[in-house]
Amino acid sequence: MVSGDKEEKMPERRKFLFDMVRGLGAATVGGLAWTDMLDGKKTFATILRPPGAVVEQEFLAKCTKCGLCVEACPYKALLLAKPGDERPVGTPYFQMRENPCRMCRDIPCAVSCPTGALLPSLVSDSDEQGKSRLDVNLTKIGLALIDRETCIAYWGIQCDACYRACPLIDKAVTVEYTKNERTGKHAMLAPVVHSDHCTGCGICEHACVTKKASIFVLPRELAMGESSDRYIRGWDDADEERMQGLPEETTTRTPRSEKSPLDYLNKGDL
Amino acid sequence: MFREYKFMVLRRTSQISIMLLFVSGNLLGWHVLRGNLSTSKVLDSVPLTDPFTLLQIFAAKHLVSGQALAGALIIVLFFGLIAGRSFCSWVCPLNMVTDLANWLRKKTGLDALGKGPVISRKTRYWVIGTSLAVSLATGVAAFEWISPISMLHRGIIFGMGMGWTMILAVFLFDLFVKRDGFCGHLCPLGGFYALITRFSLVRVMHSKEKCTLCMNCLEICPEQQVLPMVGKVSSAVASGECTNCGRCVEVCNENAMKFGIRFSPEKNKTSIA
Repeated sequence: MVSGDKEEKMPERRKFLFDMVRGLGAATVGGLAWTDMLDGKKTFATILRPPGAVVEQEFLAKCTKCGLCVEACPYKALLLAKPGDERPVGTPYFQMRENPCRMCRDIPCAVSCPTGALLPSLVSDSDEQGKSRLDVNLTKIGLALIDRETCIAYWGIQCDACYRACPLIDKAVTVEYTKNERTGKHAMLAPVVHSDHCTGCGICEHACVTKKASIFVLPRELAMGESSDRYIRGWDDADEERMQGLPEETTTRTPRSEKSPLDYLNKGDL
Repeated sequence: MFREYKFMVLRRTSQISIMLLFVSGNLLGWHVLRGNLSTSKVLDSVPLTDPFTLLQIFAAKHLVSGQALAGALIIVLFFGLIAGRSFCSWVCPLNMVTDLANWLRKKTGLDALGKGPVISRKTRYWVIGTSLAVSLATGVAAFEWISPISMLHRGIIFGMGMGWTMILAVFLFDLFVKRDGFCGHLCPLGGFYALITRFSLVRVMHSKEKCTLCMNCLEICPEQQVLPMVGKVSSAVASGECTNCGRCVEVCNENAMKFGIRFSPEKNKTSIA
């Protein structure tokens, strides 16, 4: 630049600084609005992701919305969210009632993901030689839940549509045989889902005969509770191990617990 | 007549055939190009990844697979070292939408009313910074979530849904509000390519000796600021903001503009700041 005197240089520098401040200000305003817009769009807890999907928040970050998993699905069961679908635009999801996951043994959707939003390792175990191999039965798309109030099998009507349709019949869905106490002379054949085997494939939801499916898949975080580590199952050896790291001392302070339990028993007005 | 639209025809052919290959990848299962412009696979083997999307994912504090990284590297090297910002004018489908808007501006006389509100060409770099900051704050690739480019190419390949509203908004913005408004001022992806292609080889070259100062090139150029040398010095276009669309080459009746390689020996290498 041709050098001018100080009077000429200063406004130049001041103009630059002024432009920077103005730019920063505008960017902050825009950025805050932008953040606000995305924040509301991120929480979609009810969306069923393809097999091998990493946890939802990480999935949303890593999915580049390329649709390769959708293209890989031979049954066209995976859908890509379009604007207006009320789901994060461009991300893959299932509509189980319309078109459930058929649990392909080679899991083409998970394998096709180029970014690591779907990880084949999450749906793999190792064979006898210790080599990793795909096992679609490890899939955890979600968990099937039964609404016992609308499931006609729980009314006493014989229906085993979901049980028969389940690819993991007698593991993920079993039938509980009980006496129909209402009629006194019939049997109830009630389906029961087991979370340790259910893959959330949604074939049961697809097969359900009721008007709106009485068995349906929800993401596991939404469908399951979580018991505290302090409760142990008498029939599970591994349960004792869960207790190992827990602190010995536990106290619950309530007005009543201020007194010793003996006082409470002997002096209290029971 | 054809001479005046040579590169326009080539560009449209390039843009449309890339889109058709993606569409056939999805609908017919062809293996030439699968996925979309965010991430794709060529012949089921070579990965291609949008590097700006990847940058946003990094800003969101996440890592991606090596495959996606390699795909982004291929794109950066191809445009950064060779083809320049030609993604915008030879690949991006939104370019057809904004070109139509800007052509309509000229035809209807809207352009004669002025260029619209003052928006700095530098705004796109602020949008880059903001999209990275928002990615950091929200944990998702911020521009990818609202990008009209992604909406359009995904819409063409997988179904548009309500995405047309976003495309229409960009079209109307360019038509009524600001000439070359989106691609030339706001788009952070275009800005990103402008930054990484500063030193790419394929360039428009200007010859001062042939120039008659008719200014057809400046008239037609969507990034006029990249042509400060016209009529003054013979040199290559230095700015990464040039999209290598070739419109200036087409409209120059004196052949004073042509495509060339930046460091070709016979060229006058006078640099322009």
